[in-house]
Amino acid sequence: MARFISRRLLLALITLWLLATIVFVIANVLPNDVGRTILGPFAPQESVDALNKRLGTDQPLIVQYVNAMKSVITFDYGDSYVTGQPVLPTLAAAIGRSAKLAGLALLITIPLAIIAGLYAARRRDRPSDRAIVLLGVTSSSIPEFVTGTILVVVVGVQLKLLPVLATPPPNADIPTQIRYLLMPATAMAIVYFGYIARMTRSGTIEVLQSDYARTATMKGLTTSQTMRRHVLRNALIPTVAVIAVQIGYLFGGIIAVEKIFNYNGMGQTMLFAAQQKDIPMLTAGAIVIGIVYMLATLAADMTIAWMNPRIRLEAER
Amino acid sequence: MVDVIVTPQPVGPIAAGPTSERSQARRETIRLLIRRPAFILGNIIIIGWIICAVLGQRITPYDPFNQFFAGHQPPSPEHWMGTDRLGRDVLSRVMVGSRDVLIIAPLAAMLGVVAGTFLGLVMGYYKGAVDDVLSRIVEAFLALPVVLVALLTLVVLGTSPIVVVCVVGILFTPIVARTVRSAVLSERQLDYVTAAKLRGESGLFILSREIFPNVLGPTVVEMTVRFGYAIFTVATLSFLGVGLQPPSPDWGLTVAEEYNNMISGFWWPTLFPALAIASTVIAVNLIADSLQSVLSE
Repeated sequence: MARFISRRLLLALITLWLLATIVFVIANVLPNDVGRTILGPFAPQESVDALNKRLGTDQPLIVQYVNAMKSVITFDYGDSYVTGQPVLPTLAAAIGRSAKLAGLALLITIPLAIIAGLYAARRRDRPSDRAIVLLGVTSSSIPEFVTGTILVVVVGVQLKLLPVLATPPPNADIPTQIRYLLMPATAMAIVYFGYIARMTRSGTIEVLQSDYARTATMKGLTTSQTMRRHVLRNALIPTVAVIAVQIGYLFGGIIAVEKIFNYNGMGQTMLFAAQQKDIPMLTAGAIVIGIVYMLATLAADMTIAWMNPRIRLEAER
Repeated sequence: MVDVIVTPQPVGPIAAGPTSERSQARRETIRLLIRRPAFILGNIIIIGWIICAVLGQRITPYDPFNQFFAGHQPPSPEHWMGTDRLGRDVLSRVMVGSRDVLIIAPLAAMLGVVAGTFLGLVMGYYKGAVDDVLSRIVEAFLALPVVLVALLTLVVLGTSPIVVVCVVGILFTPIVARTVRSAVLSERQLDYVTAAKLRGESGLFILSREIFPNVLGPTVVEMTVRFGYAIFTVATLSFLGVGLQPPSPDWGLTVAEEYNNMISGFWWPTLFPALAIASTVIAVNLIADSLQSVLSE
């Protein structure tokens, strides 16, 4: 297992390095003159030069690149161009708030989607299966901000069931916080329901067709025994992988959801940085989300290896 | 957004047989497709929006850009979807609003699919070091949320429709490349590729004339799926303020301009464009889903 983990860790580090390079190319190479990009075409040259000096973007690209790579490892992502404050504490607080929202969304969507996927797989090609597949296709194709808008109009404005803004009053207890986050979390949950349900369904169908599932049925186990003892563990492997991949995308979709519900998390921070052309903040945000994604896939790999020893052994060889 | 895994299926007869046989197979595919209600429904919706986009102001009840009316009138027989904050007819704006997204999204999807197919063919066929290096880069791209990277790039480059097409297209490239690569990997082990190699065909010839026609199925599906995601992404970017710019009646942009008024009870200028986006993306995905199940049967 140790060898398996160290191999995966090494691969994750290589991906992280490439990811940081991509972000560096977009943020430092594409704009040609970072100070000019931030301040606009009418700013005096002196202020542009001063800003480039402050951001370190007046140095040769190779020096900037080395510094950028160093900062990925040392977690020193520089200062915000707008506030002059270090970027990381702002991001950390925002990520904490977003994690609450994303966590609630996953908590709603994962059990529902897995149950729907399993149910559909066992009733393959019957009307209820077609309905779930169609629901999955539909729900995962609508942008989060559209679902959010429809929810606000129906649940918030017309029925007045839930608050339309997501930020709870200060020092609210946990049930109140959940009440405020429920609508944005649902908007996100709907998008992910489709992916997870479809993945569970196809994974389960594949396992149900396997020889060992047939053997289990033929030796007289009931359907639920077969499902519990033989099918689930293998059928859920692709699902675990999908959930991990979704965590990265969760932070893409969260930008629009936080805007609709005016929730001060990672998304709003990124959007505000975009409006202010705060390139250091945007760069750091992209890298931090990349790291979150890396950790999520790493955790998924471990879970999969734990679920299926064959994968674990193959990777160690 | 995870890709649906597509099992590659030879579209036509494997060794590029007579054209009549191939066109017969294509007719069979089309016959299977039009028997699916989901495919028909998806096409009706899309064609409806295309008609709105092409005819535009010629069929809208009012001028979508002129402010003739009192602001925020609720839906009524004169204005089926009410008027927006500036007194413009919402129905007329929703009808014209399909125009920009129906130009930008297909272009972005096409760019992503063409570049991604090329990359995927090369990665899958040559394997080895080329594949290892490119796979790592593809994975790094996949680790970044599309919307966030697009946001960063559009801030850096400034926003214009062409930049939106390029950014979304480039961000889709690695996703398409991964799908095509896996299709090529299972294809290249087949005998006809070995035979072509033994005949002494060049790599380029084998890729373009032998393997490519056989991975066309997954590529077509990928094209439709990407079109759906392109609408999704472009609408989201417009909503975030880095996509299309005012006074475009684009749906995502309209939602961004009006969503603050929802709380005051003026829900109609926001809800109807939002439903328009939903209907378009659902329609595209219905088509993609039907294509996928017909082509993999």
